[in-house]
Amino acid sequence: MPSAPPSIDWFPLWLSLRVAALATLFVLTVGTAIAYLLSHKTFRFKEALDSLITLPLVLPPTVLGYYLLVLLGRSSGLGHIYESVFGQPLVFTWQAAVVAAVFHSAPIYIKGARTVFEDVDYRFEWVAHSLGASEWRTFTRITFPLAWRGLSSLTSLCFARSLGDFGITMMVAGNIPGKTQTLSVAIFDAVESGNGHMARVLVLIMSVTALILLWAASYLSRPTSRASHNG
Amino acid sequence: MSADPIKIDARLIKRLPAIGETDAFELNIHLKSDASITVLWGASGAGKTLALNCLAGFSTPNEGRVLVNDQLYFDGVTGVDLLPRYRRCGYMFQDHALFPHMTIRENLKFAAASARSSSRLEKHRRMNDLLEAFELNDLASRKPAQLSGGQKQRAALARMLVGDPHLLLLDEPTRGLDARLRQAFYEVLHITRERSQAPIVLVTHDLEECMQLADYVCLMEEGRFVQTGPREQVFARPANIEVARALGIYNLFPAKVAALDPSRDICTLDVAGFPVQGSYLKGRLIGDQGYLCVRQTEARLLPNVGRRDPNQILLRTTGIIPSAQGIKVLLEYDAAATVSEADYAQLRGEDVLKLEIPASAVYFIAK
Repeated sequence: MPSAPPSIDWFPLWLSLRVAALATLFVLTVGTAIAYLLSHKTFRFKEALDSLITLPLVLPPTVLGYYLLVLLGRSSGLGHIYESVFGQPLVFTWQAAVVAAVFHSAPIYIKGARTVFEDVDYRFEWVAHSLGASEWRTFTRITFPLAWRGLSSLTSLCFARSLGDFGITMMVAGNIPGKTQTLSVAIFDAVESGNGHMARVLVLIMSVTALILLWAASYLSRPTSRASHNG
Repeated sequence: MSADPIKIDARLIKRLPAIGETDAFELNIHLKSDASITVLWGASGAGKTLALNCLAGFSTPNEGRVLVNDQLYFDGVTGVDLLPRYRRCGYMFQDHALFPHMTIRENLKFAAASARSSSRLEKHRRMNDLLEAFELNDLASRKPAQLSGGQKQRAALARMLVGDPHLLLLDEPTRGLDARLRQAFYEVLHITRERSQAPIVLVTHDLEECMQLADYVCLMEEGRFVQTGPREQVFARPANIEVARALGIYNLFPAKVAALDPSRDICTLDVAGFPVQGSYLKGRLIGDQGYLCVRQTEARLLPNVGRRDPNQILLRTTGIIPSAQGIKVLLEYDAAATVSEADYAQLRGEDVLKLEIPASAVYFIAK
């Protein structure tokens, strides 16, 4: 008689969802602001900043993780500040997994959001300014509503990507079960330890979630009838 | 609203560097007008829209000064450069740029809430007044995509006026519209004139529109004004042969001053061997070479029969083009005259025709 499959630890799933949600929230606010600056402002080193933001897309996760360890480790300035404020180091905590997820997902969101903002017809913004609207009012009432569909599609992608980070998370948050072990790390761990049942279930959950998020992104970015009429 | 006419005095120099296959461009103009409607007329690429953008503050000139009603918008020397939102310039794009995600009422509300003019109550009173004046009350809850071209025009003009602007800038507002919608636009522009004393600067490449709307005309070519002045003056007296050619509404014949009689206020031009008399030409000498410039609509085409009267010249026909106004008969020297179908019946088959030029229409452009 085959033995009953070992029970599944759901902690990695909840941790991953929490990490992805926080990372997405952070990218959504800071990333949207950076994307708006890149699309609407002219300043020195603008394209250099754009390249810097794109860098995590091409660098191996280990290299990026190494940089983050150097930047946020206990002996770094930023690490010190974090530790003095929060009373604990940042690296090898679940909060470090959030940082890893941010670096994993922000480049795609910011690059995409820049394009979305640039695609908003500048004439609407010009008209708003000529009517006396401030930049903030123009952004909140004109630019953002017109970019909304594109941004929400990117948000969905950003969440999916935050959920799936492995390399950077391993480097800065480690693989501490019940503490920093996210879904993708748990899959790696399950395969390594020969827990095939756990690996299969988590892989399935991950795949279905990613598929749903991709469908949502594609659904949100489809052209609406109004947009196509306006051409 | 000020009771005095608002003056525009804008000296603009804007240089655009060459990018890829696009050549470098320099806008260098001095627009000075008290007129109710000033039209910037020119071909595509003449710099008309760039001039509007500099006035509105969307493009920063390299040098110059922009004064509207004695308010300084821009000064290259002192570095004053008012942001577009403080300039109170209503700007209307060719396709109206109504905010697509808002209803017409919301479009106007946005304008009212953004405007830096009067009190909130006054702005809302003005908004409702404009919805009424531009017949938009029944359409107020619709989105722009649900409106026809003419309705969009009215909505865009109404939205522009909510904030009581000091200057109205219209960029090719009738481009791509059929004759009926054009006429409808000219009519709503009259309502605009009744509702706002702000001067209008309108950009167009359409000569008919320029003639129909302009009080003051600035003819533009390659970033410069080639002629400015009241409409009648510009069209009756093109400054040089290039301007006359660009306007394309004149017959231009090589001519020579043959006789001058100041006592009788008469000059005689030799046009292809035929004498043509007009008013005395001040400052010209007998023998001066140039062109006789006659509006196509002012010359009359006649069959070459009977005696040739003074101010009639004989021209060879080169072809005909049927048009909505009648038959356009093409003549040598690239001249043309339009006649009705009935009149053309008498001219048909003739190789040589008489063109009668009234003395009042004679205008000499020196070489």
